[in-house]
Amino acid sequence: MSEHEYVPKSKAGKWFNDRLPLLSLASHLTDYPTPKNLNYWWTFGGILTFCLLTQIITGIVLAMHYVAHADLAFASVEHIMRDVNYGWLIRYIHSNGASMFFLAVYIHIFRSLFYGSYKSPREIIWIIGLMIYLLMMAAAFMGYVLPWGQMSFWGATVITNLFSAIPLVGDSITTWLWGAYSVDNPTLTRFFSLHYLIPFLILGLVVLHIWALHIPGNNNPVGIDIKKPSKDTVPFHPYITIKDAFALLLFSIIFAGFVFFAPNVLGHSDNYIQANPMVTPAHIVPEWYLLPFYAILRSVPDKLGGVILMFGAIFILFVLPWLDTSKVRSAVFRPIYRQFFWILVLDVLVLGYVGAMPAEGIYLVLARVGTVYYFLHFIVILPVVGYLEKTEPVPLSISEPVLSGSADYSMAKKDNEKI
Amino acid sequence: MKKFKLFFCILLSLTIFSTLKSAEQVDPIKVDWSFKGLLGKFDRASLQRGYQVYNEVCASCHSMQYLSYRNLGEPGGPEFSEEEVKAIAAGFEVTDGPDAQGEMFTRAGRPSDKFVSPYPNVKAAAAANGGAYPPDMSVLVKARKGGANYIYSVLVGYEDPPPGVTLDEGVYYNKYMIGNKIKMPNNLSDGLVEYADGTEATVDQMAKDVTTFLSWTAEPELESRHKTGVKVILYLVLLSILVFLSMKKIWSRVNPEV
Repeated sequence: MSEHEYVPKSKAGKWFNDRLPLLSLASHLTDYPTPKNLNYWWTFGGILTFCLLTQIITGIVLAMHYVAHADLAFASVEHIMRDVNYGWLIRYIHSNGASMFFLAVYIHIFRSLFYGSYKSPREIIWIIGLMIYLLMMAAAFMGYVLPWGQMSFWGATVITNLFSAIPLVGDSITTWLWGAYSVDNPTLTRFFSLHYLIPFLILGLVVLHIWALHIPGNNNPVGIDIKKPSKDTVPFHPYITIKDAFALLLFSIIFAGFVFFAPNVLGHSDNYIQANPMVTPAHIVPEWYLLPFYAILRSVPDKLGGVILMFGAIFILFVLPWLDTSKVRSAVFRPIYRQFFWILVLDVLVLGYVGAMPAEGIYLVLARVGTVYYFLHFIVILPVVGYLEKTEPVPLSISEPVLSGSADYSMAKKDNEKI
Repeated sequence: MKKFKLFFCILLSLTIFSTLKSAEQVDPIKVDWSFKGLLGKFDRASLQRGYQVYNEVCASCHSMQYLSYRNLGEPGGPEFSEEEVKAIAAGFEVTDGPDAQGEMFTRAGRPSDKFVSPYPNVKAAAAANGGAYPPDMSVLVKARKGGANYIYSVLVGYEDPPPGVTLDEGVYYNKYMIGNKIKMPNNLSDGLVEYADGTEATVDQMAKDVTTFLSWTAEPELESRHKTGVKVILYLVLLSILVFLSMKKIWSRVNPEV
């Protein structure tokens, strides 16, 4: 993306860079032209990178002390909490870090939905992002199994049993996943192995995600292509790095608040009871970040149907760039879509809420309405609104203000007015 | 920005609603524990009394397998002196071995030993207690919804069953227990233990002390966690201010208003 080719100043630097252009890469990363109107919703990419690295580093340390064995796992976690120096800190950072990671990824995803960042020419960035999200869910689920508490065990039982809904081969697949005839020691050891593997797959995908981002460049709150790089962009360093750093610090304060003052509030008390295959907890609930999908799963009376809808809820996002027919990217200029966007946010929150409740009575009704609306949003509302909506005038460039319209929707607009 | 505020309001209210629960049992009594809050600390004397209650009453059925006797002397806990910890440990008979002849043997406990369990295994514990295994107490407070309040409430929540409720042999009525039926009898009665510090051993006092002790066994890191947390957050706030000012300065080159 750089305007001109980078040439190292020193002779040694030039010699090295001709053979492996790492210095060119570093130069590209620091000079990378970034729209100057990015708001704080754009800082979550950096925050997510921080989350991933935090999980990897704390996870590596935890793996030094953890024992992946059905009889010893629970005790080894207590060993970490009690006998390992600052083991409690490392474990609480890791367990709350998962929640923080998902909090950040949901904001990141909804930011993309609001500003149309998934649209052409950024479809591949979006799809790689969804693959990262899928892997995150797999990693989080398997990680939750490792302490071998009651929710670990029964959560694993419920989720792995979903595969038994597949016709003909379902039971064989489930047994193959378990490595036994129920969730047992072989399940735990393979989950540990995969839990260690997946973050590195995610790391690889993150590199591709950023690479794909650097081809078209960032979307921005106005959602238009950058016409005049010199005027509309700033170099990534120091402008975006310092802004990302500030946002990351604010995020870290919330993160630290959980770790130090409410480390178990996002978990479930039953997971401090060692796994017992003979005792089923009253309510088996997944971690909060999987609740909307859990609600969708349970809203269907048929097991296979529920599984299909649950996976469908994620896979429909893969075709989102082609379901959205609007030429305008940013919801700032889409008065109708903007409202449906907030209804979708509310819908997902409601699904999350009923996912934590027993699947009966009003909760089941809400779950069904929520599920139908979720799919309606993507399959019907998005394509239709794209055709029918009369969008507001879009500025020609970030630096050029739009004089019509008075609504103040984002920092982007504020910037425009000030320049 | 208004909409984002709305979004967070919704999120917050959902979080609050999700903590409410439609349950049959009575909500636990709210106790103003000294260890709650951002700077909460354990009451040292209460921890020591709580250990006494645990040791003289609870420990005859409940194990505490993740604790070692040395923990009793560590900072942030009951902080018994080194001699006291040694004496406490020496009061227990620990199975060790095998020795050079391949025989197991017993010896007096050492501070490095784990708490001795009252039963050799879970099945033996269940068999001796009418089929109900008395749960290990190491992390009990964290393992129950309602935490310390719930444990305290159950300890003081024994009542005669209301009319119409019949209880099987060895089952007791407790208004805070889930389903109101508990297999643990009411083990606390006024004056049951004689506190070394002269505190009057009422049921309420013993319940509070032992719950404090169990809160420490579940979260022995609580005090250092709170202390470190305050420092970490102060540091992050100060650094945020510095970074914010730097950001203002840097961005002023592009747009003085950002």
